[in-house]
Amino acid sequence: MIATTEYSPSALRSDTGTVVASLEAVSKNYEKVRALRNINFSVRAGQVVALLGPNGAGKTTAVKLLLGLIQPNSGKARVFSGDPTNPQNRLRTGAMLQVGRVPETLRVREHIDLFSSYYTNPLPLHDVLAAAGLEKLCDRKFGDLSGGQRQRTLFALAICGNPDLLFLDEPTVGLDVEARRTLWEEIRRLVDCGKTVLLTTHYLEEADALADRIAVINQGEIIAEGTPAEIKAQTSGKRIRCITSLALASILNIPGVTDVRQDREAVEIQAREAEPVVRALLARDASLSALEITSAGLEEAFLALTQDNGQKVDSQS
Amino acid sequence: MSATAAGLSNTGIERSASHTAEIYLKEAKYEFLKNLRLRVYTASVISFPLMFYVLFGLVLNSKETIGATSVPTYLIATYGTFGVMGASLFGTASGLAADRGLGWLQVKRASPMPPFAYFAAKVILSMIFSAIVVSLLLVLGISFGGVRLPFAQMVTLLGTLVAGSLPFSAMGLAIGYFAGPNSAPAVINMFYLPLSFCSGLWVPYMFLPKLVRQIALALPPYHLSQLALGVVGTGRHESAATHWELLLAFTLICLGVARIGFQRDQGKLYG
Repeated sequence: MIATTEYSPSALRSDTGTVVASLEAVSKNYEKVRALRNINFSVRAGQVVALLGPNGAGKTTAVKLLLGLIQPNSGKARVFSGDPTNPQNRLRTGAMLQVGRVPETLRVREHIDLFSSYYTNPLPLHDVLAAAGLEKLCDRKFGDLSGGQRQRTLFALAICGNPDLLFLDEPTVGLDVEARRTLWEEIRRLVDCGKTVLLTTHYLEEADALADRIAVINQGEIIAEGTPAEIKAQTSGKRIRCITSLALASILNIPGVTDVRQDREAVEIQAREAEPVVRALLARDASLSALEITSAGLEEAFLALTQDNGQKVDSQS
Repeated sequence: MSATAAGLSNTGIERSASHTAEIYLKEAKYEFLKNLRLRVYTASVISFPLMFYVLFGLVLNSKETIGATSVPTYLIATYGTFGVMGASLFGTASGLAADRGLGWLQVKRASPMPPFAYFAAKVILSMIFSAIVVSLLLVLGISFGGVRLPFAQMVTLLGTLVAGSLPFSAMGLAIGYFAGPNSAPAVINMFYLPLSFCSGLWVPYMFLPKLVRQIALALPPYHLSQLALGVVGTGRHESAATHWELLLAFTLICLGVARIGFQRDQGKLYG
């Protein structure tokens, strides 16, 4: 895990917020599978925090723990300084979960009406429909909706109670580009109104667009945490590809190299900066050939970050 | 990671009792609407008992008697029990199993819904559909089967059978907690159909094979049907109190099983 000591403006801002949800040294196992290992993680008031990671990383488990739907094997999940299952806490939270089946014979407005009734201070139906872009669909039965419309209905159910804290588990899965951007706008609006949002996603772009802080999670462990700029600084870099007689281990020893792997006849080197590494490579191997230097894309770099289980990140910091 | 208490007060956001009651009502209302629009449910739960009754009580045998009671009257009690059992088992178990298995119940549990509103809605739904089935049987019997019962007796019969929905709703909750989302209807039928037959709901008790008659005594639907038959002045005239006590015991056992499933879902057993 990376400890950042430099305060960027957003980090300063985040430190002023109160912790509204946290996982403290939490581990969770399903049968023999370790879903989360000793996770420490917190969400501060007024922030959007993104849990970013590939499928199966433990994102949904973290959300379910914070919703009190499952209990940790060790450690503590806390929401508003209390137990997540506390009914009063639930009156202040809304959740959008990945769900396989929603009752299909109820209309959109009926679903919203029912969920709104659970809360003490719900939003007017009209506002909920507008926020989720469902005005024209409110009399449709859930079963007659498209995938994206279903997602928007679930989003509506999460926000209808005007909650202070919102959990969004993969909110934009199945949405087209336009619907995704609209939902982002809506999430930003919620935060402008002082709401706190924890969202999980496997799109770096989404985390980057929305989050004040990103925690990258892989195989049940948080492998990097920071502002989007900090995460990008850790993940972005250059990819150098060449054919060389140098051993992988000796390439890894070159300062600035973060990862090396054999790719068919060539080696692929990840480096923060290309020039010093290339200089060193050429100095050590005069026969080096087929040299290519490319920028690692964000998604690519993120994949690299999650694929090696965080060891590279540790060596960097 | 230090949490400060400032701004975290939860005071003032408690729900009033009347608000909670409103939620229960709304939950039940939408549970009813949801199932009313679900053709699989209405078709199997309402049509099957009515079709059987029309066939065996009105088209065939309508002039026959069992003891001093006409077949159309007798069969209202037994197909009524059959209908109540179906409405209750399908009303609770299939929805619960699907909601559990496919994630919807988690969405509900993550919301501030009072947990028991969910179960209450399913039980109320089962009772409403039980009342509908029994009422329709009575209407058919009176209109086409020459059934003549005093009004008070009809009300008692309806009340008895609707109350009899409770043990089977409890049984449905137990099944719903242990059956998979897709296999639930099959599991329900695995109980529903043999229990109905062995309890004398299709073939009157006295025409059952001897072995089945002995098994019937241990089966909850037998006891409910005997209560219903008692209301219309027939059946085996055993003690009504015993029938109720056995049904109550059965209800408690089923609720106990359902509770194990409930706690397992809450993750408490895996703590």
